[in-house]
Amino acid sequence: MSDITQTPLHRWVLAPLTEVGRCGLFLLRMLRGLRPGGDLVSNVLQQTFLIGGRSLVIIMICGFFVGMVLALQSINALQQFGAADQVSLLVGKSLFRELGPVLTALLFAGRAGTAIAAEIGLMKATSQLDAMELMAIDPVQRIALPRFLAGLMSVPLLTAMFNAMAILGAVVYSIGVMGLDSGVFWTKLQTGVYFGEDFLGGVWKSVVFGAIVSLVAVWYGFSARATGAGVGAATTNTVVVSSVLVLVFDFIMTSFLT
Amino acid sequence: MASSKPDQPRKEREHEQDPSAVPPVPARATGEGLIRIRGLTFRRGKRVILDGVDMDIPRGSVVAIMGPSGVGKTTILKLIAGQLQPDAGSVQINGQDLAHLGHRGLYALREDMGFLLQNGALFTDLTVFENVAAPLRAHRKLPEAEIAARVSDRLDAVGLGGTETLMPDALSGGMARRVALARAVVLDPSIVMFDEPMAGLDPIAVSTINTLIRETNDRLGLTSIVVTHDVEQMIRLVDHCFILADGRIAGEGPPAALVDSENPSVAQFMNGKVDGPIPFHYDQASGAAR
Repeated sequence: MSDITQTPLHRWVLAPLTEVGRCGLFLLRMLRGLRPGGDLVSNVLQQTFLIGGRSLVIIMICGFFVGMVLALQSINALQQFGAADQVSLLVGKSLFRELGPVLTALLFAGRAGTAIAAEIGLMKATSQLDAMELMAIDPVQRIALPRFLAGLMSVPLLTAMFNAMAILGAVVYSIGVMGLDSGVFWTKLQTGVYFGEDFLGGVWKSVVFGAIVSLVAVWYGFSARATGAGVGAATTNTVVVSSVLVLVFDFIMTSFLT
Repeated sequence: MASSKPDQPRKEREHEQDPSAVPPVPARATGEGLIRIRGLTFRRGKRVILDGVDMDIPRGSVVAIMGPSGVGKTTILKLIAGQLQPDAGSVQINGQDLAHLGHRGLYALREDMGFLLQNGALFTDLTVFENVAAPLRAHRKLPEAEIAARVSDRLDAVGLGGTETLMPDALSGGMARRVALARAVVLDPSIVMFDEPMAGLDPIAVSTINTLIRETNDRLGLTSIVVTHDVEQMIRLVDHCFILADGRIAGEGPPAALVDSENPSVAQFMNGKVDGPIPFHYDQASGAAR
């Protein structure tokens, strides 16, 4: 009788579904301990600083240059139709709706997601998670939950910062370099970008993306093999899986939001 | 070593008294059963690691579990701590069967256990002080001054007073293991388990750790279980010894008596002989690593 684990059905369908199921149970186990208290709040704030605060610089730099390049490309295209003054509208809508949340989540996965997975994987490899469990301290509650919540909070905040810096980059290029009228730039942005549809739509996306990246990172950290190669695989899987999931969920959410 | 009626748990006793009070000074092994293991069987895949192991560990004793590499010594410790689930058989601690404890019951029981892992497993992002204080912060609502006093007391007991602000990467292997020992006993547990506490240490550190295990056991009234290969050290340290071979208890008794055992597996292990029933080479058929 053939071993089902060696079949393509298991490899491409059953094994991934099992992984999704385990990850779901892990999420439930994590959320089961969600009781507001001094320890959890201080741990979440500490992790928000470590994984969110320390991602701020890279997010700001990337946001600024994304805004610059968006303005550059948009002005080049719009000038052909004599509509260069619409650049702030194009930049604003594309940033708040799509690019801000998606690029922030992808950068967060690369900067913070890998750090979370590697840290937890290394704790597993050095038996620190075992030690915690043997001390009757649940490592899922103590290690995974604060990181998950910190990621959930950090991504929307980082997205806001990314968007602000991108607008600044667009201002520098459009007004400072191309000489567009600043009044027209800001008026178009203010009247054409809507708070509910554009801004809040992006905020919801960033919350979901934050949850996806953080969950994937803590899950791969906890399920890493306790070896150097296992930790390496966990960090790689975190970037690959969370990036793909962010783009897939972006399409799904955009379909529903529009 | 028959099992006895369960006592009031040590944790409850501790909560009734002043937390700063000195624990009662215990005697040596009382003969009263604290841990009772029956028919313990554990498999990894198709390989049988433990095959119907029976053990009784008396309260207040220092007990060694010895045997060749890969025979399942650490697995027994993890089964006693409830970190692994047996395929068959039972582990009873203070009359409580681990199989009938839920998640919370198991965690409550673990508060009464200390575990020294092979590499110490200190939390690398915390100072020595915070490492030792971690179980106290998690399980005891004590004022900061009381936590500081207890941590200092435990660090002094392992000869590491003054290292509170050091990070684990600034410690030698022996020092890290002593900090881990301080952390393992900071909640005043009834049972402390040591997984290869002497592995890779120099002779002075080995003697220090051994002395600490014995003194801590007797001073705090613990029951200590030591997993090790070191026959000479165990003869000096422990009251009772179990020798594991081929997933079963091949022999048990006072270590000095086991040296003269007529059981070929026990005699081979205790005297470090190459020839005997315990193979040196990897057995591909059984998957046993020697």
